Amino acid sequence: MLVSLAAIALVVGGSAAAFAYTAGWLSPGRLTPDKVVDAFAPPGGPALGHRRNHAKGICFTGFFEANGAGAELSRAKVFEAGRYPIVGRFNFGTPDPHAPDASARVRGFSVRIQTPDGQEWRSAMISAPFFPVSTPQDFYQLLKLLAAKDPEQVKAFAGAHPRFAAFGAWTKSAPWTGSYAEERYNGLNSFIFTDAGGKDHAVRWSLIPEATPTPAPAEELAKRGPDFLEQEIAQRIAAAPARWKLVVTVAGPGDPAADPSQPWPEGRRTVEAGTLVADKVEQEVDGPCRDVNFDPTVLPDGIRTSDDPFPAARSAAYAVSFDRRTAEAKNYGAQ
Amino acid sequence: MSAIAEPNAVSVATGRFTPLQRLLHWLMAIGILSMLFIGVGMVSTVSQAHLTLVSIHKPLGIALLLLVILRVGVRLSRGAPALPADLPEPMKLAARLSHVVLYALMIAMPLIGWAMLSAADYPVTLWSGFNLPPIVSPSRELHAALWNAHRTLAFVLFALVLLHLAAALFHALVRRDGVFQQMAGGRS
Ligand code: HEM
Ligand code: HEM
Ligand code: HEM
Repeated sequence: MLVSLAAIALVVGGSAAAFAYTAGWLSPGRLTPDKVVDAFAPPGGPALGHRRNHAKGICFTGFFEANGAGAELSRAKVFEAGRYPIVGRFNFGTPDPHAPDASARVRGFSVRIQTPDGQEWRSAMISAPFFPVSTPQDFYQLLKLLAAKDPEQVKAFAGAHPRFAAFGAWTKSAPWTGSYAEERYNGLNSFIFTDAGGKDHAVRWSLIPEATPTPAPAEELAKRGPDFLEQEIAQRIAAAPARWKLVVTVAGPGDPAADPSQPWPEGRRTVEAGTLVADKVEQEVDGPCRDVNFDPTVLPDGIRTSDDPFPAARSAAYAVSFDRRTAEAKNYGAQ
Repeated sequence: MSAIAEPNAVSVATGRFTPLQRLLHWLMAIGILSMLFIGVGMVSTVSQAHLTLVSIHKPLGIALLLLVILRVGVRLSRGAPALPADLPEPMKLAARLSHVVLYALMIAMPLIGWAMLSAADYPVTLWSGFNLPPIVSPSRELHAALWNAHRTLAFVLFALVLLHLAAALFHALVRRDGVFQQMAGGRS
């Protein structure tokens, strides 16, 4: 009897322990999406109801005009010649939804393209030509260091992570522009395109603006209003749609497809798959992009994730950010 | 639940759950336990395992929804064997109630998961190229409520499964009253 009871206690206790272990409750060292999302919070805490990163942004709608050329790389419907509706968001990297637009060094472009077969492709791209670190773990470590505001440690990190140093150089040397429409946006992460014949291609993609970038010194941008990027893009698109070419770059043999901090060499094969057109801008408050999670792993058949570790980490973290901000809906815009 | 069964239902007459009922019970037991572990595992990692686990969680959860619909149908037509006459009345009540709650959760959990993804305006992708239609309109308030419900009820379900497991083993090892064999088969 006692032995039986002990056996039952062991089985039940063991199951509970296995559950706790799986949930990470016994592994304080595990990098969870909650920890990653917490690490974005500024000292005063996150802006409730808003995205935990790229918090400031403005919605747009329009369409993707596929020219059919992408079909040689992927069987996804979105590459068949045609016009597919899009919802997107111009944004920049900040946890503060009221950050001044002049601080927008890393600008973002998020988009969701829907095709009539019920599938969709979501992507969130940035103006930087490469990511500062090679792994989500390094990214987390970097966020913690930046939050601690210890210049010595950041210097040591840059020493040990040369791509972060290169990123720092980019932030200082790359010209600024006065418009979301004049930026090039890069997907940075690599994905696998599967063509109609079943052949896989490792690719990255970028949006090349049709508007000519006009460099504007940072000091001059600082004198424009805090929302000049949003005002400018709203006025520009009210006058005429803004356009970007979607360019897909195919990896060469041995290219670092798993590391978004390493650009691929010049001269790789590229395919121009069509044009993204933004023809209407709406404020985020009641706009169509407010409640969209531009999770980069929402992909149509014909595109899938690669061995790049970032999309998985981003998907997990964006979901946590989305779960929190939707639970805080009543706080949205309150700060 | 057993009140619903006809006195002449198959499993009442044989003193056992029918083979189909037993098959469904054990298949689903493995499935539900997997779902609970996959669920807490996938939300606690940023590694590639996150995507792999999510891609199992959704189709397996929907498969379990189909199975539980079949199972309830079978249960209503085949009934359940009676519990031992000497089992105290409060324990019988606890057994019946907990089984009803287990059924309710097995139906509710996948529906809430599906609705939660719909409310979030995510495609409900079961495998590449195949999406289920949304079952509610996108709404951040509704998403938040369903997310809370999915998480809270998952923990309630796990606690109940542990209790159920303890009770089953108690019947098998301590009371040795044949209740375990009603579901496990073998000689009582
Ligand atoms: C592990 C690495 C990363 C983490 C943890 C991370 C985290 C986040 C989070 C939490 C959000 C807010 C999501 C939401 O609430 O919907 C976000 C938004 C965004 N991220 Fe990342 N990110 C990562 C990497 C990247 C990369 C590599 C890119 C670009 C190539 C990128 C571009 C963006 C953009 C454009 C947005 C705005 C999305 C929107 O408009 O909703 N992120 N990021
Ligand atoms: C028997 C059915 C199911 C069980 C037992 C179950 C269990 C769980 C558990 C334990 C979690 C982790 C909760 C947490 O720790 O926060 C979870 C999360 C989740 N489940 Fe399920 N689930 C079921 C069905 C489904 C279905 C059918 C879907 C969708 C089609 C689904 C979608 C999700 C999603 C998206 C999450 C992550 C939510 C988030 O944190 O963003 N589940 N589930
Ligand atoms: C996720 C796991 C499980 C679920 C959701 C579950 C659910 C259920 C339900 C709803 C019933 C009632 C059947 C009916 O009256 O129609 C039942 C009966 C039973 N289960 Fe489970 N079960 C699970 C796991 C287990 C495990 C692990 C064991 C044993 C080690 C077990 C042993 C039994 C036994 C012996 C019965 C028969 C009770 C009786 O004759 O009234 N179950 N289970």
